[in-house]
Amino acid sequence: MNMKDSAYTKRAAGLLTEGISRLGAKPMRIMEVCGTHTMSIFKAGIRRILPETIDLVSGPGCPVCVTANDYLDAAVAYARLPESIIATFGDMLKIPGSHSSLLAEKTAGADIRVVYSPMDALALAAENSGKQVIFLAVGFETTAPLVAATILAAKKGGVSNLYFLTAHKLVPPALAALLKNPLQSKKIDGFLLPGHVCAITGTKAFEFLSEEFKIPAVVTGFEPLDILEGIYLLVKEIAAQECRLLNQYSRVVKENGNKDACRMMAEVFRPAPSNWRGLGVICHSGLVLKEEYGDFDALSSLPVELFASVEPAGCRCGDVLTGSIRPPECPLFGNKCLPEHPVGSCMVSTEGACAAWYKYQAGRWQF
Amino acid sequence: MNQKKATEEYIQLAHGSGGKLSHDLVSQVIVKEFKNPILDTLHDGAKISIGGAKLAFTTDSYVVKPRFFPGGDIGKLAVCGTVNDLAVVGAKPLYLSAGFVLEEGFYLDEFKLIVRSMAQAAALANVQIVTGDTKVVERGAVDGIFINTAGVGSIFEGVDIDVRRVKPDQAIIISGYLGDHAVAVMSERHGLSLPEEIVSDCAPLNSLVKIILETDPSTVMLRDPTRGGLATVLNEIASQAGVGMLIDEDELPVKPSVKAVCDILGFDPLYLANEGKLVVIVEEYISRKVLAAMQSHPLGQNARIIGKVSKEPAGQVGLITGIGGIRLLDMLTGEQLPRIC
Amino acid sequence: MCLAVPAKVVSREEFLAVVDVAGVTRNVSLMLLPHAKVGDFVMIHAGFAIETVEEEEAGRILELLQELASYEHER
Repeated sequence: MNMKDSAYTKRAAGLLTEGISRLGAKPMRIMEVCGTHTMSIFKAGIRRILPETIDLVSGPGCPVCVTANDYLDAAVAYARLPESIIATFGDMLKIPGSHSSLLAEKTAGADIRVVYSPMDALALAAENSGKQVIFLAVGFETTAPLVAATILAAKKGGVSNLYFLTAHKLVPPALAALLKNPLQSKKIDGFLLPGHVCAITGTKAFEFLSEEFKIPAVVTGFEPLDILEGIYLLVKEIAAQECRLLNQYSRVVKENGNKDACRMMAEVFRPAPSNWRGLGVICHSGLVLKEEYGDFDALSSLPVELFASVEPAGCRCGDVLTGSIRPPECPLFGNKCLPEHPVGSCMVSTEGACAAWYKYQAGRWQF
Repeated sequence: MNQKKATEEYIQLAHGSGGKLSHDLVSQVIVKEFKNPILDTLHDGAKISIGGAKLAFTTDSYVVKPRFFPGGDIGKLAVCGTVNDLAVVGAKPLYLSAGFVLEEGFYLDEFKLIVRSMAQAAALANVQIVTGDTKVVERGAVDGIFINTAGVGSIFEGVDIDVRRVKPDQAIIISGYLGDHAVAVMSERHGLSLPEEIVSDCAPLNSLVKIILETDPSTVMLRDPTRGGLATVLNEIASQAGVGMLIDEDELPVKPSVKAVCDILGFDPLYLANEGKLVVIVEEYISRKVLAAMQSHPLGQNARIIGKVSKEPAGQVGLITGIGGIRLLDMLTGEQLPRIC
Repeated sequence: MCLAVPAKVVSREEFLAVVDVAGVTRNVSLMLLPHAKVGDFVMIHAGFAIETVEEEEAGRILELLQELASYEHER
């Protein structure tokens, strides 16, 4: 299905890279919105082969990183509740809260289980009827429908010991806020859009970039060749001073997205203002559970004592998430803030820009 | 408490994963206390000299879960792991010890199966288990059974496996497919059904090592990439030898089914444990001959030259990617999979 | 968390399907993709199929590469 022959891959990559160099003669700044793109770009070694004129900056596409400390602190509070089981995606474990992390709580004896799907949390609830299972529902439009489907299944099955601590966020409002932000110091010439978010929302959810802001964007997949192709199409658009929305990932992404998934999200969630690290509170950018599903909402149905949250001193995650600084420009990067003991989430999230930069050492590594 | 404090005050699962935290624990706590030049070499086995005889000595503990997995079990692993640690020091493995810590209530039949498996593995490896110990502790004090094996072997004449001999332009060879063991062990844990071809590669490597050393007695380095995987082992060698390495991603042998499991679960095959593979470093001029010799052995049929040692950047490993890019291949930080061996 | 993997639907029973990726099989939910059929390729993410994958439009990418290759000859 994908032409995976390695000789073909190298040839195609070579042609695309030459095309990028040829068209990317003048400096331009491209934002890779999605943290998974940041990681994939480093993993494929793309930074090393792009011309110096192209500045790739990370964006707010790491759902864990853009969520303020109070979420993690609440998760820690739930972890300390007797007879509770926390079900979470693996990358939440090391995220630092104000005073603790889930990994630290686990080491101290809390029952915290890493799951690969919200449906696993449903299974845990069924297997542990005497306990409360709290699922940490974080993620963008790729993950929210999965949680919605799980809640619908839980309601149908009459499950009463499953709760969701939700912090879902929506990508399009964040990009609009980024572009309207007067503090936005660096001009963005184009966007690489997250392929799987777009698979759910459809390309039309991002047309505002072209229509309202006159900025080109390319919906891009995650294989190395997808990314190179996405960058090429974007560079071509910028060089031609065009501002269209293009779809490189057309084998998965359709204009209208996945209607069933969107319908389920709308059934279970409603939009609400949400606080984004680095961008502040943005209207209609978060999802909260509708009243009919309030029984599944942890904060309202299983209240727990929450303590005051503090943001970590000196942490520049907010600036990294808006592409204003590169991770190595944060004074804490690589010394006080390391994967083994992070100050902010960007250093330990699987989609964190700082984590990617640290792991792959800035990409322009000479030898 | 915050993560930094937790890491400093309590043992974390990551301390046992073979990556950076493990390293720090060993060097900053254990090696620091035990203080001697033999330990400082930090190879899988220690080279010791007794009355003129050059010997290798090693030990390892086995806590793998589940205890029985496709292709092996904790007993087979316990014998092969220690045999291999001796083999990679350039020694002929001779005698093993076996220490058992059993949980009260452990099924006697299961114990018998494990012990039989160890006997079979020892016969296959041509070693004898000559001493041991058995302790039983109350329910809950250990998880079923933990096994420790120690081993002694005699170093082949004229062979000097030493990280200080690793130099630029030498060739790096891997003996076969990466990641099979870890995937075979974890598949059960994650509800994945594997095709029959994925079984643990758990095997004694001494006969393969013998062929390599017969072909090239001046083989520079041998390591088996267990916990932490190939990436960790290459980083250890690069950092200890003060050299760089350049690895070609297209040459790394990984089965498509193993890659699929990694893609689904979010793992990287380069960091997964192998229990029957060898990393071999030899001079460039003899690399093709060594490769051919390895490929003629059942455990080396899929051997490939995957890269070379370079001068820069000292202490680091670079990976040339499938699209012709290049990136740093770092050591494992944190824990990928607990109780993999 | 945008990681998704293409897999082939091998069998389905109501909203549960068995998918195959290079010989590795697992169960996924079709709640978000109720119209998926056996034989379809789908993207799977965290235990769910989220979209179908169309046959790679070989024509489209090859055309792009040919266009790029033509620049090579001009140099």
